[in-house]
Amino acid sequence: RPQRDNCISCCRICVITLAEAHPLLQNGKTITSVNYQISPNCSRLQNKVSGKSKRVRLSQFLTELAPLCRISSSDGEEYTIYSCIRGRLIEVNENILSNPALLQEKPSTEGYIAVVLPKFEESKSVTQGLLTQKEYEEVVLKRSNSSS
Amino acid sequence: MSSLTEKDRPIVQLLLKSGTCPRCILRFCCVGSQTVYRHPYKDLMKDLKEFLKNNQEKEDTVCFDVVDPPCKRIRLEHTEGPGDVNHNGAVQQIPLVNDENTATKNSPVEVCNVCLGILQEFCEEDFVKKVCQKVKSADYQFTSFVFSVSLPPQLSVRERAAWLLVKQEMGKLGLSLAKDDIVQLKEAYKWIIHPQLSEELGVPADGKSLFEVSVVFAHPETDDECHFLATACPDCFKPAKNKQSVFTRMAVIKALEKIKEEDFLKHYPCPPSSPKNLCVALEIQCNNGAVFVAGRYNKYSRNLPQTPWIIDGERKLESSVEELISEHLMKEFKADSFNFSSSGREDVDVRTLGNGRPFAIELVNPRRIHFTAEEMKGLQQTVNNSSDKIQVRDLQLVTRSAIGRMKEGEEEKTKTYSALIWTDKAIQKEDIAFLDDIKELKLDQKTPLRVLHRRPLAVRCRIIHTMKSEYIDEHHFRLHLKTQAGTYIKEFVHGDFGRTKPNIGSLLNRTADILELDVESVDVDWPPSLDN
Repeated sequence: RPQRDNCISCCRICVITLAEAHPLLQNGKTITSVNYQISPNCSRLQNKVSGKSKRVRLSQFLTELAPLCRISSSDGEEYTIYSCIRGRLIEVNENILSNPALLQEKPSTEGYIAVVLPKFEESKSVTQGLLTQKEYEEVVLKRSNSSS
Repeated sequence: MSSLTEKDRPIVQLLLKSGTCPRCILRFCCVGSQTVYRHPYKDLMKDLKEFLKNNQEKEDTVCFDVVDPPCKRIRLEHTEGPGDVNHNGAVQQIPLVNDENTATKNSPVEVCNVCLGILQEFCEEDFVKKVCQKVKSADYQFTSFVFSVSLPPQLSVRERAAWLLVKQEMGKLGLSLAKDDIVQLKEAYKWIIHPQLSEELGVPADGKSLFEVSVVFAHPETDDECHFLATACPDCFKPAKNKQSVFTRMAVIKALEKIKEEDFLKHYPCPPSSPKNLCVALEIQCNNGAVFVAGRYNKYSRNLPQTPWIIDGERKLESSVEELISEHLMKEFKADSFNFSSSGREDVDVRTLGNGRPFAIELVNPRRIHFTAEEMKGLQQTVNNSSDKIQVRDLQLVTRSAIGRMKEGEEEKTKTYSALIWTDKAIQKEDIAFLDDIKELKLDQKTPLRVLHRRPLAVRCRIIHTMKSEYIDEHHFRLHLKTQAGTYIKEFVHGDFGRTKPNIGSLLNRTADILELDVESVDVDWPPSLDN
């Protein structure tokens, strides 16, 4: 995958945020809009989570390549953010709709993109498929070395 | 005191001939006097036969006199030991009393075709002794008892057949017999056995007693007798769960209510046939109703969960608040198990200070139930001596209804907290002073991420009533808060990815995090505080 990195924090619940090396977090980019309508029939905003029951019904199940949202920057570029993990979509961050700058100001906290809950049986394998902070830094370093 | 009259004669004749025992005969003649049923079996049989011999010229009424108190009488006359009595149903004879009537003494007694021996063998001293032996060895503390009996469903079928027989006979005399006029088998059984159990155990029988002695009777020989009902009323019998028989008592009774008389008589012999064997007493069990112990606990450890923390069968942290308290109660009360509940709870790393948090423990099937206030104090001391991680106070026995009050507190009452807060950017005293002036701050809290895997996503509105800050240094201060029940304090401090708004970070325009949290008080005035 190209340098469109996601960062995932886990304790069964996964919060998806932009990773440090993502182009949107580099200097000079201004985000103009965030769009959760990823296709005519699918809006991540209409993800229904059944109220009182403990089970998450009707909410959208995501695979690794499922798009979460599309982010446009002032220089005309559009980036699609993918889930990268399998699981149920619990919520998307509506705060970045009204305040896109949050994505860049606080990418790891208030500027998060989505919350996903993997299936209980899969949660271990999901975690194992991710890179640790250190491993990620090594990958980024290699990339910048190879591209120079 | 009731008596048998002329109109009963054909009924007695008919039932006796078909193999019905004297006590069941009395039931179908609607004899309502309890004492009559308590007479020894032998005497009842003799008197019935005499009644039949008497012709119409003699006096109508044959009284069943109570000369001696029934219990004493039974004691005096049972000179025979257990002998050939085998309570596992293989008995064909009932131990007969030594008396003048040698003819009856030598002939074996038939098992009653209606009660299958319940009002025969199972009213005798030996069975009473067996039950009381079981009760005594179970070592329960009790001041009264309720005796509950589970009868095999086919008894209802036989009762119906006998009723139809008697109804028909009475119809010939132009008389009617309603099902409700007949003395119920269970009722008659209790009339006979309660005084005996009461005498042997030394306590009264009381329908409301929490101490239950239960016996399950079965009669495998006739288990198939109910099956015809399934063809007649198929919708009364639902498919069995757990391989248990479909023919439960309730299902059989329901089917008997539905089935038409003609259909019943087509499929079932009237009078019922005489069985070869007696019923069997399958189990004799004792059970005490639950007792409730309440109190308040303090938690001084930042490494102790309230309930056991076990993932995939592996314990993640040693012990728990509930185990540290319940362990000692279980031992003293000698209970089978416990259920712990409290007015809210705190995280593993949060201390509970002040007066502590109200809790209640249900002790299931306790052997001991009586504890004086002194003994409860002693128990409290034992718990407190056993651990420095928790302490309890106001330990006392309460009623089941008291639990409701505690749960009320969980949702309605306020709590106060003390939080140690860190900020990324430096703060001065003036920067946090304004927090003290904020009253009734409304929060919108989305379900915290840390509990989202087990709680539904929702937004909750909660109120922070008051706050009081204590400046420590440029990056730390302590905050005391009084909040509505159900407020997530940690999330109010760090904001939970912006999902709790407002939060300390947004109020101070910094990034804040919580280092320590203590519960200062749980403002519920239950359980009553004890002066000690």
